[in-house]
Amino acid sequence: MSGPEVTATGSTRLRRGIDRGVKSLTQGRLGRALVIALPYAWLLLFLLVPVFIVIKISLAEMALASPPYSPMLQWLEGRTLALRVHLGNYAFLWQDPLYLAAYLNSLKVAAVSTIICLLIGYPMAYGIARASPSWRIVLLMMIILPFWTSFLIRVYAWIGLLQNNGLFNNLLMGLGLIDQPLPLLHSNFAVYLGIVYSYLPFMVLPLYATLVRQDLTLLEAAADLGCPPWKSFLTITLPLSLPGVIAGSLLVFIPAVGEFVIPDLLGGPDSLMIGKILWNEFFSNRDWPVASAVAVAMLVVIVIPLLLLQRIGERQTAGESR
Amino acid sequence: MSGRRPFLLFTAVAFGYAFLYLPIITLMVYSFNDSRLVTVWGGFSTRWYVELFRNEQILSALWLSVRIAAMNATFAVVLGTLAALTLVRFTQFRTRMLFAGMVTAPLVMPEVILGLSALLMFVSLEQLIGWPEGRGMTTITIAHITFTTAYVAVVVQSRLSQLDGSLEEAAMDLGARPWKVFLVIILPIISPALIAGWLLGFTLSMDDLVIASFVSGPGSTTLPMVVYSSVRLGVSPQVNALATLIVVVVSTGVIIAGWLLHRQQRRHTGKAR
Repeated sequence: MSGPEVTATGSTRLRRGIDRGVKSLTQGRLGRALVIALPYAWLLLFLLVPVFIVIKISLAEMALASPPYSPMLQWLEGRTLALRVHLGNYAFLWQDPLYLAAYLNSLKVAAVSTIICLLIGYPMAYGIARASPSWRIVLLMMIILPFWTSFLIRVYAWIGLLQNNGLFNNLLMGLGLIDQPLPLLHSNFAVYLGIVYSYLPFMVLPLYATLVRQDLTLLEAAADLGCPPWKSFLTITLPLSLPGVIAGSLLVFIPAVGEFVIPDLLGGPDSLMIGKILWNEFFSNRDWPVASAVAVAMLVVIVIPLLLLQRIGERQTAGESR
Repeated sequence: MSGRRPFLLFTAVAFGYAFLYLPIITLMVYSFNDSRLVTVWGGFSTRWYVELFRNEQILSALWLSVRIAAMNATFAVVLGTLAALTLVRFTQFRTRMLFAGMVTAPLVMPEVILGLSALLMFVSLEQLIGWPEGRGMTTITIAHITFTTAYVAVVVQSRLSQLDGSLEEAAMDLGARPWKVFLVIILPIISPALIAGWLLGFTLSMDDLVIASFVSGPGSTTLPMVVYSSVRLGVSPQVNALATLIVVVVSTGVIIAGWLLHRQQRRHTGKAR
């Protein structure tokens, strides 16, 4: 921040100028400290400290047959005990094949859903970007609209369509294609469908943003030089839209990995996902330490690599803009 | 371009939109179904809407959710704007990396972790200083503010970084104090972002099931929690009616907002010409 510039020659004016400069500087400092302090303190208290508490409790032991609140006191007292049990919770996660399977399955479901979103979303984004400006606004609004309506209700809408006496099965049976209802609901298929459906807008928007900015004269030049459309798409359009592909994929992959609502409402007993496991450990088993250990493992395996990736990406874009 | 390509593209786009909208439209149609069964069309009826408006549980949950969402959005806009200002304007201070990390963390953290960590924090705080007493509206609001602040910060940050710094410099050179520069110059320019941030915060809070489930207490059941518990048992006609109302209200809002935006853009381009 630059203070007022002092250009006056008279000594009184000079002094006044200096005074004002000092004043605005200190005021600026104070204001600046206030601006930083408020969100900083809030995030420290309600975001960072809680993560450390989760780590602490993941190192504790579950007090059997106690109400969920009371065990906390015991954990606060025994430090040495906590360190000994530490191995317990994490070893349990490692030894029980359920948890590892759930982690791997979450990664798989999120990755496959991201690819399907990309396959459906890319043509949509491309179509919107090449539409006439007035159509573009309408089409974009129709992409954004579902995002503002309730996520839970959009997932719920599929229950009515997929269940045994639901619309799809009735339609297929009415057409005589099947004799018995297909078990569509409570299956892995339904989980993929739900995730793709819910997160498709997150894929389309960043893709659109990169596609609409593209210079179309490049394609014209390629066509003039005899390049077939599919080839100019592969060599020009696709590489240039790569930032959008990456941004959209991250926006789908990240929430999909930790998803709870979709596997819970649409998935079956075999659709294990780590968000659902954590929920069940906490609400059904009331095992806070194991739930905390699951959370810590999730942070280490999924969130920290993503944060690092984002940091690298930011540094690269910052380098480019310089 | 050949004639087949646009046709293929058109089909792909149409398929995408059908995929996005068919489930919602089916839901809306069946909310007027007189029969309780999904399979049978029992004739047109608005009885589920009548029952919905008599459902005390849903109505009180809705009211609670609206209050939490409004409070959350207001706080989140204040905190998120300050956070965005910090990130854009103050590029040099110690532990800036930590701050930037904390602002973006809720965007990549799974909701279950945010919920669990917030709950464990509240339980520990209660043991240490006796606050918050039990869990309920306050704890849900605090947990919501923490994660929505990140979204508001992103929205405001992108607007702030587009700002022309010379305006501020000119004001400062003419002797305006930093806070005055903020109030008179920065605030009016970023006000669309603040409104968008507020609406985003409101929607995110209204929509949240996972975090609220962790940090709520007895007697504080939000709307998504009520919907979730009735939906787990299967299709519920009252939820269909509720969903239809939500979709209608939100669509009206989005369409009006889009229309205003469109008009504003037109005016700008008209001026430029």
